[in-house]
Parts: sequence; structure tokens; C-alpha cells
Amino acid sequence: MKMENFPAIELLNVGKSYGRKNALEDVSLTLSARQCLALVGHNGAGKTTLIKIILGLLKPDAGTLNVLHADPGRRQFNQLRRNIGFLPEQVLFQKTLTGRETLAFYARLKGVAVNNLDPYFERVDLQDAADRRVGTYSKGMRQRLGIAQALLGQPKLLVLDEPTSGLDPVARQNIYRILDDEKKNGTAVLISSHVLTELDDRIDRVAILNQGRLVAQGSIPLLRHHINMRSRLRIRARQDTCESLVAAFRLELPVERISGEEILLRCRPDQKMDVLSRVMAMEEGILDIELVDPSLEEVFNAYSATGPAFREDSNG
Amino acid sequence: MGNILTLIQKEVRDGYRNKWIAVMTFLMAGFALVLALLGSAPVGTTAISPLAVTVVSLSSLGIFFIPLIALLLSYDSIVGEDERGTLILLLAYPVTRTEIALGKFLGQLLILSFAIVVGYGVALVVVAAKGEAPLEQIPWTIFLKLVVSSVMLGGVFLALGLLLSTITKDRGTSAAGAIGLWLVFVVLFDMALLGILSSGAASLIQDEAVKWIMLASPSDAYRMFNLATNADTALLSGMSGLREDQGVAGSVLLLLLGAWIVVPLSVACALFQRRTS
Repeated sequence: MKMENFPAIELLNVGKSYGRKNALEDVSLTLSARQCLALVGHNGAGKTTLIKIILGLLKPDAGTLNVLHADPGRRQFNQLRRNIGFLPEQVLFQKTLTGRETLAFYARLKGVAVNNLDPYFERVDLQDAADRRVGTYSKGMRQRLGIAQALLGQPKLLVLDEPTSGLDPVARQNIYRILDDEKKNGTAVLISSHVLTELDDRIDRVAILNQGRLVAQGSIPLLRHHINMRSRLRIRARQDTCESLVAAFRLELPVERISGEEILLRCRPDQKMDVLSRVMAMEEGILDIELVDPSLEEVFNAYSATGPAFREDSNG
Repeated sequence: MGNILTLIQKEVRDGYRNKWIAVMTFLMAGFALVLALLGSAPVGTTAISPLAVTVVSLSSLGIFFIPLIALLLSYDSIVGEDERGTLILLLAYPVTRTEIALGKFLGQLLILSFAIVVGYGVALVVVAAKGEAPLEQIPWTIFLKLVVSSVMLGGVFLALGLLLSTITKDRGTSAAGAIGLWLVFVVLFDMALLGILSSGAASLIQDEAVKWIMLASPSDAYRMFNLATNADTALLSGMSGLREDQGVAGSVLLLLLGAWIVVPLSVACALFQRRTS
């Protein structure tokens, strides 16, 4: 039981630069078995660089790292690759081969028996297309074939670079379902994405990369809370009620008078209940209330924005 | 070793599926047939075997054609996989870079060898079937030498193409480089050497050095191996006038071709280790 939650990935102060440009700076990260971590960041934030370092395809300039208890930069790491499943961001399999031939090719390289590949096709729902050429596959089918390839040989670590980009919501849900199954089998899952909204509740932790730096790490609710983003409270009320609302909150919150009969309050998560009950106390004058919590996209943008903008918002 | 076989198998299967093997074999056989049928006609009844005539024609064809096919096959070996995203995937597998490079090279060599053997074989069968050269009289060694050296010439340009594909960052650059390599080794080198020899500068080059300068190009080593190391073909191709010391032993020529394969292949493997993908 002790071995069950061993860390599959441990990064400590990892840095990498191309010439003068810092691609990664001081990144520390852990991922344990039975966990799913999402690496989120804009294009060019350093996600792919970090993935390449984890896979041992790129040597970091600074810091230490352990992947499956070994240093990926060492020659001996090659044997451990058997336990890693990987899906690159963009992969175009040979169009002339069938799905089964493609999967068999990768299975042989991993030392997985090729005579029983059907379960893999079933898991990604490609059983009917297994013997068709990859050239006839749709984008979603090619992506699923890529996932099947990554699942070969029950990997201990799954690394998927933007596995859901460009997929429809149903296909995306299927991928998360497969990842959830893998997680339950004890696999550590690392996925990357450039949009937070594509992530799913089944993700345990999110690490947000911005210009090569890790700006936030934690569960989705925690991130949302931690950044202290204000919820928007939009109130429509009689003119006189609006005036007294403005007077009541002006000193503690940013208040915006949208029109004679409409005001907008911005309150921090911890003020939300208090503000709401005080507004409700004036019930007779109020026509409508709309409360909007910050969306994941807004949380992500706040983290990805350069320092001052988000600090102002969280402290003020 | 198992990995290399897996990689070879995929390379060959892909070559078969995308009709590469078919087109190349068809072209080789087509040209060989035309040369075999036309080429042996004017010999009439001489002591020279019609097959020798055909071999001289085929080796002249091979000099242009085989490097071209080999470069077309190999110029995007590594850079092509990189662009499709399959290289980074392969590197994440328990496969070494040397295995990937060798698997590519050997797979392509197999494809090329098939095209050469079948293409030239068709020509041989046709010449034999015309009855001008009964099977027992066919000088097998001449034909065997042609096939072996043609495969080796192909190997040289496959290795050069592989090297090109490991040092370029996109397929376009690699394609341009392949055309450049072909022009230099197949056309320009000979032309430049001929130009120098027919100009006043010829006196600056020692007589003895000329043949070695010429052999710096693998296609000339191939030409000399097929034309000058056999009495029949030498007579036909005007090589019989060579003095003893102007010739180079066949084994040396094969060794040269072998070196032209091993050196670019090793450099390609070494540089592939350093390539960041």
C-alpha cells in the first residue's frame, strides 16, 4: 500500500533557456500515482518544453528531476520508457497503414503482445475502424488512435500533450473517462491544455504556467478561491433603493452605477454572503439580482496576466 | 535488434502501400528493358556477349537514376518524422536513436535493392529469352557485379540522404539539399573534372592523381567498377585503353563505395544524437 502513491514525477527548481530566452524558470512540481495533473498555459508558456524534459528528450539547464525514480537524462532511462505512455501535441500517423498495423508497430517497440490489440481499440471506441487505413480517419479518430497508442502496456505514467484540443465535447468526455480508469489502475496522468475550460472535474490538480514560470498550483476550487477574484453582483432596483445601496457599500466595495435602476457590486468570496444578506434586507425595492462567480477562463486569465493587474484585484 | 526489424518492417510496408516500391521497380524495369532491347541490337555477331552491352548501358543509366531514387527515398527520413510529430513519439519509446536511423536506412535499402534486382533481372531474362545468349553462356559475374555495385551506390545516397535529413529543420531544406547532392555528385563533379583536365590547368595535376581525384565521387567509383574491371565491358566503353597503372582494383573500388556508405551513416547517427526535437 505504501508504494501506491509514490511520486511518478518530481521536479525541483527546473530551468531551461534557449539562448537568452528563458523557456522555463524555477519549476517545482510533483505528481503521484493515482493522480491527474493538468498543465495549463497559453501557447508558448513552456508546457511542451516541460513535457520534453520530463520525457528525457531535453536536458534542463538547472534543477533536479526524477521520473519513475530515475533521471530521464541518463541512458538507462530508455528501459523505463516501457512504463510511459505519451501522446504528442500533433501527431500524424502514416496514412497508408491501418489502425491495427499502426498500433501493432508501437506495441512491438514497447514489447507488448500484438495478437490481442482489440481491447485497446474497444477502449477508444475504434473497433469498427481498426482495419481501415489511418488516411480515412477523422481528426477525432486519429486522436483516439493516439490515445490507444499511449495506453499500450499499462503505463505507470501517462503524458498527454493537449489530448482534447479540437475535439467535440462528447469525445472529450470519453477521453476523461479513459483517463479516470487509468488513474484508478494506479497510473499517474499528466495532461496539458491551453484552455482551462476544457478541463474536467476529474482533474485533481492544475498547474498554471505563465512565461515559463509556475504561477499557481492546486485544485480548481482552491485556485478559484485563492486568487480572490471578485464575484459580480448585478442588482436592478428602484431608483431610491439603488441610491441607498450605493451609499451603503461605497466605502467597502467597488460600486458601479450602470443606470438609474441598475448597479454592479464586486465582492470577494469571503464578503459574498454578508453583502448578499444586506442587499436582501432591502427586499421591497429590489427587482432582480444576478450573481456571477468568476469563470474558470477568468481565473486562468487573472493568473496568466502579468503581476500588477491581478494583485490589485485581489487586495483592493 | 528486434526494434530495428520492427522499424524496417514498417518502412517496407509503408513503401509498398504508398506505391513507392511499385513505381520504382516499374521504372527500373522499364528503362532496363528498353536498354536491353535496343542496346544489344547493333552488336550483331561478335565475340562480345550481348549481356556485356546491356551491362554497360545499365550502369550508365544507374549512375543517374539510382542516386536520384535513393535521395528521394531518404531525404525526409528524420526531418519528415519530426514534422509529422512521430519522431518525438518514437523517441519516447524504448528505442535508441541509432536504432531509428539504422531501421530507416536498412528499410530503404531493402526497398531499393528489390527495385534494382527485379528491374535488372527483367532485362537479363529478356536478353536471355531473345536467344542471343543461352543461359549457360551468360557471364553471371558481370551481372552480379552490376547488381551488387548498384545496391551499394544506392546505399551511398541513402546514407547521404539520411545525413541530410538529420541536420535539416524542415523538409523543404532537405529536398533542396538532396537536389544539390545529386547535381554535385552525378553531374557537376565529372563536368568540373573534365573541364580542368581539358584546360591548361591539367598540367598541374599529376597523372597518377587524376584517377584518385575522380574516385572521390562515389558515382565514378561505381562507373569504373562496372566498366573497367572487366575486359568485355572495358572494350565497349572505351576503357580498354587504360594502362595497367591507370586502373584501380575492383576490391579497392568496392571498399571506396563501402566507405561512402559507412562514413555518412556514422556521421548521421552521431549528429542524430544531438538533434533536439
